[in-house]
Amino acid sequence: MSETWKALKPYALITPQTLVFLMFLVFPILMIGVVSFWEFNGYSMTPAFTLDNYQGILTDVTLKTYLNTFKFLGLTWLATLLIGYPVAYFLAFHVPKLEWQILLFLVCTIPFWTSNIIRMISWVPLLGREGLVNQGLMGIGLTQEPLQFLLFSDFAVVLGMVHLYIIFMIAPIFNSLMRIERSLVTAAEDLGASGFQTFREVILPLSAPGIAIGSIFIVTLIMGEFVTVRLMGGGQSASVGKLIQTQIGSLQYPLAAANAMVLLAVTMLIIISILRVLDIRKEL
Amino acid sequence: MKKRPLSFYLLLAFFCLFVLFLYGPMITIFMLSMQGPDGGLTFPMRGFSFYWLGQVFQEQRVGNFIEPFVRSLLLGAAVMAITITASVLASMGFRQRFKGSTVIFYMTIASLIVPSILVSLGIGVVFQVMGWPTNWFTSGLGAHLTWTLPIAFLIMLGIFNRFNPSYEEAARDLGATDPKTFWEIVLPLIAPSLLGVGLLTFTLSYDEFTRTSLVSGQNNTLPLEIFGMTTNVTSPALYALGTLTTVFSASLILIAFFAYNAVVKRQRGQA
Repeated sequence: MSETWKALKPYALITPQTLVFLMFLVFPILMIGVVSFWEFNGYSMTPAFTLDNYQGILTDVTLKTYLNTFKFLGLTWLATLLIGYPVAYFLAFHVPKLEWQILLFLVCTIPFWTSNIIRMISWVPLLGREGLVNQGLMGIGLTQEPLQFLLFSDFAVVLGMVHLYIIFMIAPIFNSLMRIERSLVTAAEDLGASGFQTFREVILPLSAPGIAIGSIFIVTLIMGEFVTVRLMGGGQSASVGKLIQTQIGSLQYPLAAANAMVLLAVTMLIIISILRVLDIRKEL
Repeated sequence: MKKRPLSFYLLLAFFCLFVLFLYGPMITIFMLSMQGPDGGLTFPMRGFSFYWLGQVFQEQRVGNFIEPFVRSLLLGAAVMAITITASVLASMGFRQRFKGSTVIFYMTIASLIVPSILVSLGIGVVFQVMGWPTNWFTSGLGAHLTWTLPIAFLIMLGIFNRFNPSYEEAARDLGATDPKTFWEIVLPLIAPSLLGVGLLTFTLSYDEFTRTSLVSGQNNTLPLEIFGMTTNVTSPALYALGTLTTVFSASLILIAFFAYNAVVKRQRGQA
């Protein structure tokens, strides 16, 4: 009796959580797959097996939208890495006490827990036509007219995404930097390595898994992103997420579902390529 | 004091700029929400008052915020209760090896990294096909759980990793049953962590937008209401609402952090 209970206990314990994921994650995504083959007559969808929806999205517009999404992804990834790495490095190697490291890390983390919408709105008084940046630039005479590209543009979208998601790059890198044995750094220095050599030969390779995890987060966050594109982008800015959202808005579920399946496949492909280059198993 | 290398000062300056980048925009809307009654959406500030902060609580032309706020609070509380219960149970299940644990673990990770629009669309499709109406407390609740549950679960795994099992073994040796061991030994020991995880879960739900946006049904939660306002509100009331809700979230996080620290210190003092 007690032996059986011991073997069954973990299954009983994980049941509630597993049920939630089955109901609200696995089943819905399977349904997207199913519905993507259904027929759509302009008003409602009916169960069927047709490839029309997939053919319907094989257009120049979709291709352009994907290219635009990749552009956002590439720029945001590069910016979060180039800004996030030095920040994580500073916290891990230059802040002396553990209490201070945690406190400063918390300072970086707090905005992440607040509303994304509000964080995007806060850029308006800074970047708008009459915003602080334009007032400043015209004040010192650098520009005669307010710069238009600052808000409601692709530039603003990337800026907004970096602002919103950079913590997802910083946290994993910080985590892997903190795990590096400090004696390795000392050993490299004792053997005569310069600061840059130590960084390139010791610290960077050991923090690569952190970079990989951060990159995976950035990829999954950006690929389906539509809020930033809607709020910060001009009417022209397009992304796959926004496209899907528009199709859902007009109740074209099968078309949206087909798009979503392609999006999922593309996202998985990028993640798999990241995992082939960088091994993250040590971090898990 | 020991002399620091030049790279320290360069990185320190970079870090300060980064913090400014992170908080600068928020500070500008805090300032702009404290303007006089004839204030606008941009600088310079016109006067100084708490007029707009008060306006948030008045009936608005563009909608009112009290009802969405109450909805978000209720939803946050429900999400918190379910998340804590399910994640504590599941992470306790993961303390012993069992067949299929890898699959369950990867399912949890998947919930965290699947593009959020897929969750939203998927739940929307399921409700559409079943003919159920979407609602913030049904489909919306489910969408929130796919976001809060994996985060809480991963934190709970870390907490149980550092948990010393000898207390439980002692209780069991003295003849305590499993439930009794949990209520009298395990729960009191993890209580401060639960407080922290609970508040984090609550704020995640309170501020969630993308996963809820397509499945909230007729009645908006607060973030959705704010999103609707961005297109048609042209007064600092928008900033004032942003200020209030940000201060609310941030204080919950700070309370969680300091309460956790205080409890841990007290426990160490007793030991």
